[in-house]
Amino acid sequence: MSALALRRWLVASTISCTLCVAQAAGMLTVCTESSPEGFDIAQYELSVTTDAAGIPLYDQLLRFEPGTTRVVPGLVERWDISADGLVYTLHLRKGVKFHTTPWFKPTRDFNADDVMFSINRMNDKSHPAYSAAKNGYVYWEGMSMRALIKSLDKLDDMTVRFTLTRPEAPFLADLAIQTIGSVFSAEYGTQLRKVGQLDKMNTEPVGTGPFVFKSYQKDAVIRYAANTAYWDGAPKVDTMIFAITLDPNVRLQRLKAGECLAGIGIKSESAHVFDQDANMTMVRSTPLQTNYLAPNAKRKYMSDKRFRQALWLALDKKTVIASVYGGIASPATSFLPPSMWGYDGSLPERHDVEQAKALVKASGYDGSELVLFARVGGASDAKRAAELMQADWASIGVKVRVQMMEIGELYKRAGKGEHDIVLLAWVSDNGDPDNFLTPNLSCAAVEGGGNKSQWCNKAFDEIIDAARKTADLKKRSELYAKAQRLVYDEVAVIPLISPTQMTALNKRVKGFVTSPFGNSDFRNVSVSP
Amino acid sequence: MVGFILRRLALVIPTFIGITLLAFSLIHLIPGDPVQVMAGERRLDPAFHAEVLHRLGLDRPLWEQYGSYLWKSMHLDLGESFVTHEAVWSEFLKLFPATVELSICALFMATVVGLLAGVLAAIKRGSVLDHGVMGLSLTGFSMPIFWWGLLLIMFCSVNMREWAPAWALPVSGRMALEFDIAPRTGFMLIDAWLSGEEGAFRSALSHLVLPAIVLGTVPLAVIARMTRSSMLEVLREDYVRTAKAKGLSPARVVFVHALRNALVPVITVIGLLVGTLLGGAVLTETIFSWPGIGKWLIDAISRRDYPVVQGGILITATLVIVVNLLVDLMYAVVNPRIRHAK
Amino acid sequence: MSAVLSTEESSAAGAPPASSLSDFWRSFATNKGAVAGLFVFVFVILCALFANLLAPHDAIEQYRDALLTPPMWAEGGSSKFILGTDDIGRDVLSRLLFGARLSLLIGFVAVLLSMLPGMALGLTAAFFPRVGVAILRLMDVMLALPSLLLAIAVVAVLGPGLLNTMLAIAIVAVPSYVRLVRASSMSELTKDYVVASRLAGAGTFRLMFNTVLPNCMAPVIVTATLGFSDAILTAAALGFLGLGAQPPTPEWGTMLASARDYIERANWVVTLPGLAILVTVLSINLMGDGLRDALDPRMKKLS
Repeated sequence: MSALALRRWLVASTISCTLCVAQAAGMLTVCTESSPEGFDIAQYELSVTTDAAGIPLYDQLLRFEPGTTRVVPGLVERWDISADGLVYTLHLRKGVKFHTTPWFKPTRDFNADDVMFSINRMNDKSHPAYSAAKNGYVYWEGMSMRALIKSLDKLDDMTVRFTLTRPEAPFLADLAIQTIGSVFSAEYGTQLRKVGQLDKMNTEPVGTGPFVFKSYQKDAVIRYAANTAYWDGAPKVDTMIFAITLDPNVRLQRLKAGECLAGIGIKSESAHVFDQDANMTMVRSTPLQTNYLAPNAKRKYMSDKRFRQALWLALDKKTVIASVYGGIASPATSFLPPSMWGYDGSLPERHDVEQAKALVKASGYDGSELVLFARVGGASDAKRAAELMQADWASIGVKVRVQMMEIGELYKRAGKGEHDIVLLAWVSDNGDPDNFLTPNLSCAAVEGGGNKSQWCNKAFDEIIDAARKTADLKKRSELYAKAQRLVYDEVAVIPLISPTQMTALNKRVKGFVTSPFGNSDFRNVSVSP
Repeated sequence: MVGFILRRLALVIPTFIGITLLAFSLIHLIPGDPVQVMAGERRLDPAFHAEVLHRLGLDRPLWEQYGSYLWKSMHLDLGESFVTHEAVWSEFLKLFPATVELSICALFMATVVGLLAGVLAAIKRGSVLDHGVMGLSLTGFSMPIFWWGLLLIMFCSVNMREWAPAWALPVSGRMALEFDIAPRTGFMLIDAWLSGEEGAFRSALSHLVLPAIVLGTVPLAVIARMTRSSMLEVLREDYVRTAKAKGLSPARVVFVHALRNALVPVITVIGLLVGTLLGGAVLTETIFSWPGIGKWLIDAISRRDYPVVQGGILITATLVIVVNLLVDLMYAVVNPRIRHAK
Repeated sequence: MSAVLSTEESSAAGAPPASSLSDFWRSFATNKGAVAGLFVFVFVILCALFANLLAPHDAIEQYRDALLTPPMWAEGGSSKFILGTDDIGRDVLSRLLFGARLSLLIGFVAVLLSMLPGMALGLTAAFFPRVGVAILRLMDVMLALPSLLLAIAVVAVLGPGLLNTMLAIAIVAVPSYVRLVRASSMSELTKDYVVASRLAGAGTFRLMFNTVLPNCMAPVIVTATLGFSDAILTAAALGFLGLGAQPPTPEWGTMLASARDYIERANWVVTLPGLAILVTVLSINLMGDGLRDALDPRMKKLS
């Protein structure tokens, strides 16, 4: 190629490359932090799976009004609750269509059979589609739903009835959780079962949601097309793409280059990265989340309340916030997050290094090494936080070793109580305080592995059981205030901070509403050219 | 010749068996119960635990399990991922072309540049060029390649975006997101070209540049050094001096006569580099979010996804053995003395 | 990586023993690069040995009010932290100095743990050919896997940590010593003086250690040198992947792992540990080159 031609080619490719970075209006690209575990979200519980695989594809029986924790109709139009709080009659919405895809053509609209299918396949071990989940339905099991639901009956084509074994105030909110209340097509399930390919629910999914699954390039790209027949109005973008980008730094690079118009899982310390950028903003929200330490109450020194208190007193939360959270988190004193109803803000912060040293001595600590579990990855740098806390405890004479591990393994081992203390985060799934307290601190959860503090307190169990049974908000708030005070006094957990969640958005993206549950919901956004 | 091939194959079989033993024993060497490993955070009730144990065949005697593992592996049934429940073999097939494409590009770059550098260094022995080439190659395989990758990302992304945005190279993925390319072959360059979409091929190529440079750095250094020493050895040979004396132009001497013979040991080294490439792919793919088997294996290890780790090790090792076998055979074809030795 | 080179180029070894130290030094010294490498390596060793005297601060002490301070010469830097601080306020220079200790320790232990069993197995394989076949097959199995993957697999089984890293690297390096020593020993075994010793009634062990082994040492030393640098690189890779030394250990690779987030804001956290690794490994490789040339005259003629 002659020099002139080469130069022309270079110029041409430069120009067209600038164009190829700008994207068509109507296409939303989201940089996400890891691959979803699968598309049959009832089997999984990681939020990255819910965000990238669940929210676009499926509707739930009930839903939360965007940005709030208020329960509003979803695929259920209206409901009746019996006076004793045990019977819920749900009236289903008409005219909802399942996705038409190359692998499935629905012959009918959504009806009660689909609800029966979706719930029973998780609840009933003998259900023909139960085996679609090789490891079971983790979230359903974790919430002990089977013990709660006495029966589910189909009253007619558009009505179903739940009968519970006990009154449960958060029940409706539970039905709005993606991994509990998502609706799957019974027709599709039957079709797959007939050819023995139930696992295709995970790779060729069908739902009623605003986006239709197009393709998934493993570990790279998920593509969705808008569902123009969506019952709540067709989405404002034609295509939604999730680009899986593990490295948070590379995610930022892609956002700056305009390859992605939105980015989730942005680390707090990157809060100011786009301050000078004309095209990008960083949207902040405070989800219903608490990052905390769970000391293992069954271990030698951790079982002593004074020792646990000493560990809390020694912590320099200010530096953790400055270093790990970019200065934009607030220290937590209660296990419940501040924006949750029932939050008790009266509990005082504890920070007194001298008192900590005294308590350590009083508890008879002999200097043996304790182990702190922390996860690799995640939206905040747990390793750094762990190192800071390790140094804080060293200053009061407590020797701690940090053990980093991947989150799945962390849950498993901490669930079995292999740790002395573990760094965790919990985000509410339904806006109800019970969802914070029962799965993490009840006696039943010690057996089930969810109670990483291995802490069982009869009085506490009684309080939260009572709070679950009544629908009277005032009474519940009082009970939860008592519960929080108990957790605080007994140091069942050491709350650290309430983090700020950050989502990076290109200014062309309009209509994004943050979720109090830490989810990233792009269903209603539009992209201007 | 046939005898030689058979003898070489016979040597491979025990090695292959050894690898299956290694892969098989992996899950049994790990402390803890594999079923509990699968269960995640929820404690399993004993009935379910026993059921899963039986379903996975983990309650049978070890030798029986090994036999079944061997049999299934021969039929490419390597189990299912604990996380996605997809067959390990099919996950591998989806991701393998990405690694192959990257490795081929890296090797191509390394070979072309390495051969050139090595030849030039040999011809101009002792000169600044020679010392420069040798110094750079030594630096090339003395650096941690993940650091090199980070530096390139820093430069091509952060700095380039300030100075020359249009020339900034992509630092992640295989293809710009707006192109929806049908994965016909799995090789993005080919698929992009076949799709006929405007700018797709260029996008695929630009995404390959940085990862290929990073992955190819160590092979480039090795090839350059090997070529140089091989060329030096050949250039002193009698027939070369004869060719020079006969009045053939130096270029002809070098490229037609000397290089051909110098290439033989270099080819062997290229074969051996497959192992290096696969190892380097792990780091390169992690840094550049390149969806290949390197990243797949690392993720599997941190998630304790044992079927994937076992399957990945088995497949990778088998690949390396096969490539080494092919290289040996090729070498024997070229050099008859090897065939009849031993 | 460098194992490829050493097996290839050193397989021609089996050369006559190096005569005297001064001869050796003379041939070594002609390679200027090797001498430079030696000086730098000695410098690194000194840094490691006297780290607690040279380092201005403790390697794990966190200066909470000086997070991510730039190096002295950059804007915002201070002379208190010559090379700046990292994301939790630890002095980079001190961490690099103490990290040198770790890297050198890893290299040394890994090489020792691989060289000794490797030589033993190699000699056994040469002297007892029946057993030798089995040993060789086992080594083939280990060589079939790329070394980094095998190291990662070993660490996956043993768990992360500094000690397990050294073990994993050592295990992975054994096969090259076995093959090398076996090949050298076998060629030595055919030589006249060995046959003569045998006839004179020398026992096997005596033959092994007094006669055959010293003549195999040349390629072993070269391999050990390159193995040392390889160990440092592999340990850094494992640290980078989170499988190596755990926090707050100031291992260079582990320092790079957390540095990935700071490419834009604090590039010194990225560049400096990597440079430390590069300089150390480069100096060792330069020395290795010089050693190879000095110990094997035939190879020397070509370069």
